Amino acid sequence: MTTTVEPVIATETKTIQSVTCPICGCLCDDIEVTIQNNEVVKMKNGCAVCEAKFLGYRGEHRIKTPLIRKEGKLVPVTMDEAVHAAAEVLANSNYPILYGWSSTSSEAQRVGVELAEEIGGVLDNTAVVCHGPSILGVQEVGIPTATLGQIRHRADLIIYWGCDPWSAHPRHLERYTNFTEGRFEKSEWKSYMQKVKSQAGKKKLASLARSGFIKSKTPQPQSCFVGGVPPAMSKGGRKLIVIDVRKTMSGEMADYFIQVEPNKDYELIQAIRALVQDQELDVETVAGVPVEYLKEFADALVNCEFGVIFFGMGLTQTAGKFRNIEVAIQLVRDLNARTKFMIMPMRGHFNVTGANVVSAWQSGYPFGVDFSLGYPRYNPGETTCMDVLLRDELDASLVIAADPGANFPKEAVKNMVKHPLIVIDPHMNATSMLGDIVFPSAFVGIEVDGTAYRMDHVPIPLHKVVEPPAGVYSDEEILSRILEEVRIIKSQEAKKEKEAA
Amino acid sequence: MMVEQKLHVTLLTGRTIEQGVGKEFGKASREYHNACSMVYMDSDDMRKMNIKNNTNVLITTPNGSVVLKAIKYPRSATPGLIYIPYGPWANAICSNATTSIGMPSFKGTPAEVEAAPDKAVLSIEELLRSEFGR
Repeated sequence: MTTTVEPVIATETKTIQSVTCPICGCLCDDIEVTIQNNEVVKMKNGCAVCEAKFLGYRGEHRIKTPLIRKEGKLVPVTMDEAVHAAAEVLANSNYPILYGWSSTSSEAQRVGVELAEEIGGVLDNTAVVCHGPSILGVQEVGIPTATLGQIRHRADLIIYWGCDPWSAHPRHLERYTNFTEGRFEKSEWKSYMQKVKSQAGKKKLASLARSGFIKSKTPQPQSCFVGGVPPAMSKGGRKLIVIDVRKTMSGEMADYFIQVEPNKDYELIQAIRALVQDQELDVETVAGVPVEYLKEFADALVNCEFGVIFFGMGLTQTAGKFRNIEVAIQLVRDLNARTKFMIMPMRGHFNVTGANVVSAWQSGYPFGVDFSLGYPRYNPGETTCMDVLLRDELDASLVIAADPGANFPKEAVKNMVKHPLIVIDPHMNATSMLGDIVFPSAFVGIEVDGTAYRMDHVPIPLHKVVEPPAGVYSDEEILSRILEEVRIIKSQEAKKEKEAA
Repeated sequence: MMVEQKLHVTLLTGRTIEQGVGKEFGKASREYHNACSMVYMDSDDMRKMNIKNNTNVLITTPNGSVVLKAIKYPRSATPGLIYIPYGPWANAICSNATTSIGMPSFKGTPAEVEAAPDKAVLSIEELLRSEFGR
């Protein structure tokens, strides 16, 4: 297929409301964008990252044509040439990996599963370096969870454990938890603003004391466990508790911040489970947290009406990994005997949940699926792409809508670039720079429609607001063309073998 | 005060809002470089090592070493912890031990820090070329 999509040039200014933001698992669907001459010129309601994407998507780092590495350098080629080259690599490989899938639509992910099955590859998504351990934990013990709408209207205790929504999901608090006006629970925004004002005064005094202008009577406590349990633990309304190894911006916003020692979340959760079950602890501190604080924390858990734990990489990437998630879910299960409690992973990419959902409904498994035997197989540690890379078992790779070149450990990337590397991405990211065959793709949710799954597994439509640049296709279309070409090559080879026989 | 040569710390990697904004501008952008080629350190640790704010340090793990700009962590004391935003600089030294579940150990692994005010922080192109030859 050689048709070229010509951009529609509209001179009038148009404002589109209720656009879904294709960045993180929050999928905020209240973005307002203003379009002029087929470009986004203004936007409202988004966070800093959303604004950077909508206003910077056409930046200088955009890939404009397909590229193939020739004599060490990436040179522009036609779409047909790139599709044929990619299909040749994939059709002739024995054990390719197909990785990424989290920043694209579920429609493209579906074609990806078909392609992986056709070429007998390992299909894996970014969950493997993100919430893969959470999925393993859920597979062990199940998960009591709810939609974000339920949490917004009803939750009176919000816990963020090992995650910093202010940095990674900037509007999570504003749209789904403490700073949103729910039907049964009110926003805590005003009380937070009062706290900020009072803290600003204290910070000024502390700064003056440090400069020697005034004498400070009480030195600023360095630990969050100095000066007794804060009264905020027993305040009315929605409570926000943050547990992390360092005080983040979210930690500063919290009514109560608990600083846990690195790699000790597992024992902290187990200690809280014991306290929730009215057992006594015969130690003074657990994971650096004094037991008197933990008792207050356990009381807050048991005495809430509807609590929820949101957790992030602080649990999945530290010692214990999926066992941390398993015990966190078990804590929630214990709490459900006393009150109502939910737990939810803070999914990163906007459609990583969709990648798991599509992979699971098509193959039976959510990530790390191996089709090399002709049927899907799932054995994390063996069929996960990170392990395939570290053992150097692959002979080709296709990376789409992700950047392992920047986000995988060096040893894994070294093995990836030893073999042919096909990249499909709108931007010249680290993986595109390392690639052998590079396809430019249209931004899902800006230049093409699609479906994405929010972190609570609710599918949300993504809207096309501008036309993609000429000659730039959607991920779904590029994959479909590669799949079609792979089938042609394989049927030709089968015909040749038959004739030779 | 005696200045220590090498500081043994626990390495954490993770997101920052600047890294999130930088990645949307593009991985080769100045914003991404500034957001990811840095390391947050505890102010007391920096004083002990005689490392000034915004100067370069060399961080070494069993998986490699990388030069980054040290920045004082503004929100709390984090003695013995360093925090590098996700990106190719962090991944130059991250542990790749997946403990048989596919997930490398991106947080909570041991590392050493030493002052390196005269060593330069590599750009993303230089870093990829030095590591992967492309």
